[in-house]
Amino acid sequence: MKEVTRSIPKVDGLGLILGKPVYTDDLAPKNTLIVKILRSPHAFARIKSINTDIAKKVPGVECILTHEDAPKNRYTRAGQAYPETSPQDTYILDEYVRYVGDDVAIIAATSEESAEKAKKLIKVEYEVLEPILDIEKSEGNSTIIHPEDDSVCLVDSVGYDPSKNVVCKHIFDYGDVDKVLSESDLVLERTYHTQSSHQGFMETYRSATHLDEHGRLVVLSSTQVPFHVRRSLAKAFDMPIGQIRVIKPRVGGGYGGKQSANTEYYPALVTLKTGKPAKIIFTRQENFEAGLPRLPMRLDIKVGANNDGRITAIDLKAIGGSGAHGEHANSVLFATVMKVINLYNKVDAARYRGTGVYTNTVPTGAFRGFGATQGVFALENTINEIAEKLNIDPTVIHDMNMIKQGECAIRFDCNGVKNTGPYEIMQSCGLEQCVKRGKELIGWDEKFPGKQVAPNKFRGVGMAIARQGSGVPYQDMGSATLKLNEDGTFMLLIGATDIGQGSDTILSQICAEAVGIKTEDITVLSSDTDLTPFDSGAYASSTTYVTGNAVKKTGEKMRKMIIEEAARILNVPVRSINFDKGKITIDGISKNMTLGELGKTLLYAQKELIASDSYVCYKSPPPYIAAFAEVEVNTDTGKVFVENFVGVVDIGTPINPTLAKIQAEGGILHGIGMALHEEVRMNDKGKMETNSFMTYKVPTRKDFGNIIVEFDDSYEPSGPYGAKSVGEVTLNTSAPAIREAIYNAVGVRINSLPMTPEKVLMALKNKDRV
Amino acid sequence: MQIKINVNGEDKTVEVKPHEYILDTLRNLGYYSVRRGCDTTSCGLCTILVDGKPILSCGTFAAKCDGHKIITVEGTGEEGKRLAQCIVEEGVDQCGYCSPGFILTVLAMKNELRSPTDDEIKHYLTNNLCRCTGYEGQLRAIRRFLEEV
Ligand code: FES
Ligand code: FES
Repeated sequence: MKEVTRSIPKVDGLGLILGKPVYTDDLAPKNTLIVKILRSPHAFARIKSINTDIAKKVPGVECILTHEDAPKNRYTRAGQAYPETSPQDTYILDEYVRYVGDDVAIIAATSEESAEKAKKLIKVEYEVLEPILDIEKSEGNSTIIHPEDDSVCLVDSVGYDPSKNVVCKHIFDYGDVDKVLSESDLVLERTYHTQSSHQGFMETYRSATHLDEHGRLVVLSSTQVPFHVRRSLAKAFDMPIGQIRVIKPRVGGGYGGKQSANTEYYPALVTLKTGKPAKIIFTRQENFEAGLPRLPMRLDIKVGANNDGRITAIDLKAIGGSGAHGEHANSVLFATVMKVINLYNKVDAARYRGTGVYTNTVPTGAFRGFGATQGVFALENTINEIAEKLNIDPTVIHDMNMIKQGECAIRFDCNGVKNTGPYEIMQSCGLEQCVKRGKELIGWDEKFPGKQVAPNKFRGVGMAIARQGSGVPYQDMGSATLKLNEDGTFMLLIGATDIGQGSDTILSQICAEAVGIKTEDITVLSSDTDLTPFDSGAYASSTTYVTGNAVKKTGEKMRKMIIEEAARILNVPVRSINFDKGKITIDGISKNMTLGELGKTLLYAQKELIASDSYVCYKSPPPYIAAFAEVEVNTDTGKVFVENFVGVVDIGTPINPTLAKIQAEGGILHGIGMALHEEVRMNDKGKMETNSFMTYKVPTRKDFGNIIVEFDDSYEPSGPYGAKSVGEVTLNTSAPAIREAIYNAVGVRINSLPMTPEKVLMALKNKDRV
Repeated sequence: MQIKINVNGEDKTVEVKPHEYILDTLRNLGYYSVRRGCDTTSCGLCTILVDGKPILSCGTFAAKCDGHKIITVEGTGEEGKRLAQCIVEEGVDQCGYCSPGFILTVLAMKNELRSPTDDEIKHYLTNNLCRCTGYEGQLRAIRRFLEEV
């Protein structure tokens, strides 16, 4: 292998960081209308009337649109495969507002000042309704958040029931849980709460729209899912998909947040009404208040074990808060079982009940780690406690019970229907080595469980494991088209979405490897729905695995075509042709040909060489992580500081080790933030209290000690050149590993995230009292 | 009102509003590397150098910059390129959105601190948020850059 497993710099790196105009706002047409949104001050209300007469008189105001002007087609902003499993429960503008910050009116003006001024002059009369703010009070409440009769879910099995505020219901069974639990030596029952946290990407949500020369709608958007955005816009506006073009420029971070279309509808409506270009840029405050943070969850778990340390059964129940709309709740809650319980595939029985509910709070959505993050927190906390109760080292109990190479995942029955699908066998699983190596790197045997280092300072270590997937099987698809230029270089067209993770680079490397050329000879054009082939988008840790396989197939096709064409032109048998590093040579003959010569011969007088192929994944090989945290707890203040965090990750064979490492370090830090300080919090009126970087604390570089990442050298046979995914898995272990490290330092366990100094201090006080 | 600024070595006379921030003035002039990441002067994305010192352009009135020398990342020349190269080689050009502000702050730090320790570097750069990288790779890039110059 020459081109893959090589840490080449990103193909667009230098331009990106030296300020080339490449992001949405840089590329938006000049002199566009500026779009602003008037937002609801109430958590739940019906709009009785809106008076825009005075506001419309502000000089520069082009239009003010309310629910009376917007199309009435229900859609979902979630950007997942088709058929979308999120309920179609959204109008561009609705008569109801369902959270503080919900959209009431769209203002378009020639300047920001005019738009802001007009916004203040709009008079709205509300009928204020009783909101539901607590996820545990939503199901079956007398308040119904979506009382309309035209919200539907395209998929029946999801269990959508808006009359009960239920977005989705999951029932998964494996064996007889109650029986196994009753026969187990030890059963631990716990309740955990995970908070809503925000992706906090640096470039806020934004998009710009205009009509092209044919009158088609062109949308420039900072998105992870251009093709799903196109479909969603078509639905919302009842337009043919062919009338819409979505272009993704460079994206300033997404982490799942931009897997939903959040802004596109507003300027699009303005452009369609006025014929003029328009753009919207969310302020940081809007980004928080109308963003799509992680689903908060309540998790009830029972885990059974025998005295010898064998985990016998897992019974997990989750309620996930979907907020005012049902985006992603179904798939997030699905991940909570499928990417979690299977860590312990040797149990005799397992059960999962998951419910997604509406509340009158900001709609939630996808965030790196998806529902696995929440589920792993519940499961790993409990396993760690079991280890202590049985007096077994946590690394040992993990090693005894966790899934290993060559083993099968659990096959759940779903909604009472027997699962007769194929067994999912772990062809690559380096967890065993990851745990072993992580132990060494953190110095587990010397440091476990913990020690006092000053009168008020205690250190402890803790660990956790996690898995994720690589794409959504039977759904996610990637495609590629590869063209040979007349100078022997190539154009690679891909619908895949580089959102900073470096997929343009990684896919070029895979392509180069497959064709037998250098990565530098490939130019990538990605994510333009008019020009590039279809791709599901950058989510579910799918790009390297799914699109990577499509690119590999395409590259191999191209290689075959090159060899065939060379054989034809040189008039020799195909099998005598060798092709390597852009040079065509023939066995036993001194005749040869460069790729440039072949390109010229073909293009100017014969034909164009284009290869294209797609790949849909039929499995989703999980990446794994074993993580170890060393924390210092200050017992005077309750402050927890992560001194060292070790993550040993099995992502199959990394295509580009450097890029993979940075992604892993970033994911771990997201997890540390979620563990210790990040929280989307509302007051008792539903107003968000954490709507800026002052109050929503993403970690700074002084908020942790060291993050140490290593990769296990496994090989996934179904992946392109052995690769699995890396995007999400690294986030999942931070919180449970840190929680256990805190316990091993000071003897208290915190069951709700984030584990703030207040909570730690309170737990210490309560412990002293006992 | 009219102000005279020198941006990356070029003299400019611009018409600005009294309440206009220099961030918007620069973007309007086409310096797209200057970006807004927050409304509360807490992310550091918008950092520019005014007379060699890093300032937050989202919280500085354009009027205040009258008669001053401004450097954005486009004007950092060979030194900026060298640092950018280190960043790219370490792979910490993830989404790249925070990079211009980061680069300018590092260049200012290089002039202010003599052989800084890791802790001093982190301290100097605390206000420069990056949500992609986990910061460790940025520190490696800075180390590489400082060792080379
Ligand atoms: S934009 Fe965030 S500090 Fe200036
Ligand atoms: S590289 Fe994306 S925010 Fe720093």
